[in-house]
Amino acid sequence: MSSDPNTDESVPAESSEVASERSPIETQIESVTFSRDGVRTGILTCIPIAIGVGGYGVAFGVLARQSGLSVAEAAFMSAVVLAGASQIVAVELWADPIPVAAIVFATFAINLRYSLMGAALRPWFRKLTSRQAYGSLFFMADENWALTMRDLKSGSGRGAFLLGSGLVLWLFWVVSTILGATVGGAIGDPQQYGFDFILAAVFVALAVELWEGTSTLVPWLVALGTAIAAANVLPGQWYVIVGGLAAALVEVIRHDG
Amino acid sequence: MTGEGALSLEPTVVAVILAMAAATVLTKVGGLWLLSRFDVSDRLEAGLSVLPGAIVIALLGPELAAGGPAEWGAGGVVLLVMWRTENILLALVSGVVSVVAFRAVV
Repeated sequence: MSSDPNTDESVPAESSEVASERSPIETQIESVTFSRDGVRTGILTCIPIAIGVGGYGVAFGVLARQSGLSVAEAAFMSAVVLAGASQIVAVELWADPIPVAAIVFATFAINLRYSLMGAALRPWFRKLTSRQAYGSLFFMADENWALTMRDLKSGSGRGAFLLGSGLVLWLFWVVSTILGATVGGAIGDPQQYGFDFILAAVFVALAVELWEGTSTLVPWLVALGTAIAAANVLPGQWYVIVGGLAAALVEVIRHDG
Repeated sequence: MTGEGALSLEPTVVAVILAMAAATVLTKVGGLWLLSRFDVSDRLEAGLSVLPGAIVIALLGPELAAGGPAEWGAGGVVLLVMWRTENILLALVSGVVSVVAFRAVV
């Protein structure tokens, strides 16, 4: 009954000193600056992408309004959370009374990937002050992280690129949320215009963007099967968490398996 | 739907949003902080990396399963448009238009 899945894995007992010996790429990085020029380059590079992100912002605003949030509340969420997928999930989970635990836990789980993305910036960000590095990370989203990695890997040394690109995203995200929430409040019966389908449509679109090839297939099938099964058994929206965690667990077990 | 004004900020809602913000900041900042001190195994990293997509699928699956042919067809339209154009607004508009059209037919 109590079989330990880890017994056939010998865990190497490494000392914590290993952590300071990182990939060789770190030693090649010469200088990283945190300048006005870096902020400006980040802003200019990110504007076209921020316009696309605005599409999600409008959709989020409409959905937030349908869930009963005011325009101000939706805008406030976009301004302080600044993490699209998790916000859309949160307003989908939104109910009366608010399922706080499920919402906060889902937010954390969906955004856990940022930990890895932030960690990937370490070779450059360790040359910045803590305030510069951690302040920039608040403005990190999927889109500008990808741009920043590309910029820094090219050897630009622009440590403020993430901040600049993130500021543009933040602005477009908040403004488009207000736009969507204002429009969303004016809609009468959402079903009549097919607006009740927006959420499913947003998730289909998100899924297309998150698809990373056939390696994604197994975890997604696990998530799908688990969620559909759990939705019939568990109260509220916990099937979302269960489905996501089941997929992650299977991926952990199956990795290099 | 609440009947409140567009500018209302309910304390409970603000508190939940702040909790979400705290959880998010923890993830954004925590990675750099933690990983500059500890190593994360590739295995765990692989598990974390599938989370966003898996959660989206976990939400979408039961939602679509609860719908009918009109929703499934419109979902297919969104998939196709998004895949071919990578234009989110176009994909959403196509989806909403086609769900209305399919519902009228089915």
